[in-house]
Amino acid sequence: MEAWRAFQSGKWSNGEIDVRDFIQHNYTPYEGDGAFLVPATDATKALWEQVLALSKAERERGGVYDADTDIISRVNSHKAGYFNRDFEKIVGLQTDKPFKRALMPFGGLRMAEEALTMYGYEASDRVKDIFAFRKTHNDGVYDVYTPEMRCARRAHILTGLPDTYGRGRIVGDYRRVALYGVDYLIRKKEEDKAILDGTMSPEKIRDREELSEQIKALRALKEMAAEYGFDISVPAENAKQAVQWLYFGYLAAVKDQNGAAMSIGRNTTFLDIYIQRDLDEGTLTEIEAQELIDHFVMKLRVVKFMRTKEYNELFSGDPTWVTESIGGMGLDGRTLVTKSSFRILHTLINLGPAPEPNLTVLWSKQLPANFKRFCADISIKTSAIQYESDDLMRPELGDDYCIACCVSAMRVGKDMQFFGARANLAKCLLYAINGGRDEIVKDRETGLPLQVSPKFEPVSGDGPLDFDDVLVKYDAMMTWLAKLYVNTLNVIHYMHDKYCYEALEMALHDTSVRRFFATGIAGLSCAADSLSAIKYAKVYPVRDEYGIVTDFRIEGDYPKYGNNDDRVDELAVWLLKTFMNKIKSHTTYRDSIATTSILTITSNVVYGKNTGNTPDGRRAGEPLAPGANPMHGRDSNGALASLESVAKLPYEYSRDGISNTFSITPHSLGKDNEGQTANLVGMLDGYMGNGGHHLNVNVFNRETLLDAQAHPEKYPQLTIRVSGYAVNFIKLTRQQQDDVIARTIHESM
Amino acid sequence: MRVTGKIHSFESFGTVDGPGIRFVVFLQGCPLRCLYCHNPDSRPLAGGKEMSAEEVANEALKYRAYFGDKGGVTVSGGEPLVQLDFLIELFTLLKREGVHTCLDTSGICFREEDARYEELARVTDLVLLDIKHADEEAHRALTGGSGLAPRAFTQFLSDRGVPMWIRHVLVPDITDDDEALARLRAFLNILNTVEKVEVLPYHSMGEVKYEKLGLDYPLHGTLPPTQERVLNAQRILTGKTTV
Repeated sequence: MEAWRAFQSGKWSNGEIDVRDFIQHNYTPYEGDGAFLVPATDATKALWEQVLALSKAERERGGVYDADTDIISRVNSHKAGYFNRDFEKIVGLQTDKPFKRALMPFGGLRMAEEALTMYGYEASDRVKDIFAFRKTHNDGVYDVYTPEMRCARRAHILTGLPDTYGRGRIVGDYRRVALYGVDYLIRKKEEDKAILDGTMSPEKIRDREELSEQIKALRALKEMAAEYGFDISVPAENAKQAVQWLYFGYLAAVKDQNGAAMSIGRNTTFLDIYIQRDLDEGTLTEIEAQELIDHFVMKLRVVKFMRTKEYNELFSGDPTWVTESIGGMGLDGRTLVTKSSFRILHTLINLGPAPEPNLTVLWSKQLPANFKRFCADISIKTSAIQYESDDLMRPELGDDYCIACCVSAMRVGKDMQFFGARANLAKCLLYAINGGRDEIVKDRETGLPLQVSPKFEPVSGDGPLDFDDVLVKYDAMMTWLAKLYVNTLNVIHYMHDKYCYEALEMALHDTSVRRFFATGIAGLSCAADSLSAIKYAKVYPVRDEYGIVTDFRIEGDYPKYGNNDDRVDELAVWLLKTFMNKIKSHTTYRDSIATTSILTITSNVVYGKNTGNTPDGRRAGEPLAPGANPMHGRDSNGALASLESVAKLPYEYSRDGISNTFSITPHSLGKDNEGQTANLVGMLDGYMGNGGHHLNVNVFNRETLLDAQAHPEKYPQLTIRVSGYAVNFIKLTRQQQDDVIARTIHESM
Repeated sequence: MRVTGKIHSFESFGTVDGPGIRFVVFLQGCPLRCLYCHNPDSRPLAGGKEMSAEEVANEALKYRAYFGDKGGVTVSGGEPLVQLDFLIELFTLLKREGVHTCLDTSGICFREEDARYEELARVTDLVLLDIKHADEEAHRALTGGSGLAPRAFTQFLSDRGVPMWIRHVLVPDITDDDEALARLRAFLNILNTVEKVEVLPYHSMGEVKYEKLGLDYPLHGTLPPTQERVLNAQRILTGKTTV
């Protein structure tokens, strides 16, 4: 086949869909440095200027530039849209115009309508008519929710549940579109469907229906590409087509689904094979190769969804989590770093920093030294990269996995997950103390503190709190919470499959896919410090007029998580293991494998708002720490001590990721660029060598943030990493900006 | 013998006190009263947390994975030489573990006749030394102590082959006189083991600590040196013309 010329054949070309096999047979590892990289072309610069101008106009219009009110977004719903056809090497937009947000009501019509209304738009009568007869995911969930589930949701002990919006975190293997062409993918799905015969059990009926939906979505994908003048029924023949085909696959996904995180996978080593072939054949120059990557990345930077202001408040700005995983090592010991790993990171220089795509380096001690230094240097310049331990994930997942969202690792095209937001363990501790009555929320009928869990025995007396007594009560409360949490997610994912199925994304997975049940934990460090305070200091409960413990008086000091002190770090480990074991004991939807993450996104601020005073001395309403971070301001032994506390959390109990966000001033990282780069490399090697899973790296001065808060116009591209992803600082709410500024920025004098 | 030290604090990610990533142990107590001291809380000889050398070594070894081939442990202060026995024991333990040891000192306590310094020289891989001032009178005015012992210490280290990084804190009007800088350079020329000379521009970030301690800040109102003066000092001390 012409498209596969010069490729070494293998299992991938002999009737199996196997992209990893293709990569292993054909990629060129690169151990050199970034000296070969080239600057942006004039076309790239012109396009990026256009994006910046539109971004500015979007901010001036209050956050939304334009919104569709009539066309319900589907894979092939829109006419072709362009920035500037003369300049764009890679084409395709979510709607017919740049920065026009699509209407995507299948997750929940009310959410879609509210989002439009907030920004001064209204869904057309046609749309309202259609959805008068069309049930959504959100409708389904609320038909089934029990009173207890509603109660827990209202009290925010469970928060951020994907019951009103798309669950996301499903990553199609978009490379398959380029390597095989869509017709072949359709044929393989038809074969899979043909095998599903015999007795029609509910499972088999569902599988057959889903396969039909997948095949329809693939046909729609071809139509979408045809609208742009491309025939993607056949494999891509060169690098430009490979990037374009792959992007079309992804574009179809974001037209079909407005999932919270719409990650793109692990693509650069794959694309590098095409780029290298064209370079070798003399049909592509380095300038053109970089331009392809720059234009591809530019498209990923402008993926947008129409969401409510509350949603944006929960997640800070406008994130889409177009996570791209880069680098890592192969099982055979060769590095998976290619020149294109450099090219994609170089977009942060050519286009300037940006939060999307969420560039994620899979870090291994064995990575080429040149690549490590290159990454560290770009991190220092842009604060736009996150790192995750390939050495921790590879043994479990092989060498063709990717990160979805922030820290969720899955094998590309072989694993999917049911995203489950998170349970607030800090608030759960308060429930343990108060017998399941909420410390903030009141019962709407009686006006008394809301009884969220069944009635448990609260702590009695005036204290000090007895550690063993609290622990027993906390354990019981976590047992209740884990069960409720799993059941709530079971409802949500049943309905999401039923009313908002990700047909296109699942069409780019193996038919027999492995499913994860991805729960999450918020408030870990606050809960651990609270337990430590109860154990090592004296904590006296303070009750309100209803007898609810709403405050604590603390006498003495206690060890705090974030100082590499086993006395408290072991409490954090105990919490994780205990909660995870409880989660695992329940039946999960579609036999999915239960996992958990310690990741809050930026919702640590909102979770904090809904959590009363805690025994560690944190005041009601104050933010919890993000992810697995220590509470800010509590570490007194410097940056590595803080990292080491987090590194103790066992990844095998938190397979969906352990997020740690790290900020440091350039001066504290080292004296000059060479020293800073070397020290950052050393820090990453040490942290991950000691079992750390994830690190967001920010390098900046607090003064920069304060100046950006005061003069946002001067910092249109200021990017900071928050919790598994990056945000545009000036798009944050004032409160979120204050939270970021108040967080620990490691600084030495 | 179980020797205990008085510990002011730890910094697990030291990047400016010696090569690579370093675990920095700040010891409590210093006999000098340098005008630009930015750790006034570490000066009193009383106080600090009592820990054995072994405990401190174990604390440092927790960070071994970060040291790489350059990093290690730096002991700073306070003035580490005040707790010489502890210092020697700590460095001995660390050397046994193959960890790079670095001492950040003013050299003020040095006495040639004290045999323990021979032992110290054997377990110390690098010494960071602030000579403060080339002129005796100015040294006294700046630090409250004589500059004789520090200079003798550098000579001692040079004779024992212990590498040194000389650090000079550049304070406008106090330590940036061209002639004094030239005299300092002339002194350094007679030493054999100076690997590096660093100019550290004075900063006023320590002032808040004085406020917290209720102390008057002796350099109140002093501004950091201009870039031009920093370059000038660098030119004189190192011959380098860029930062």
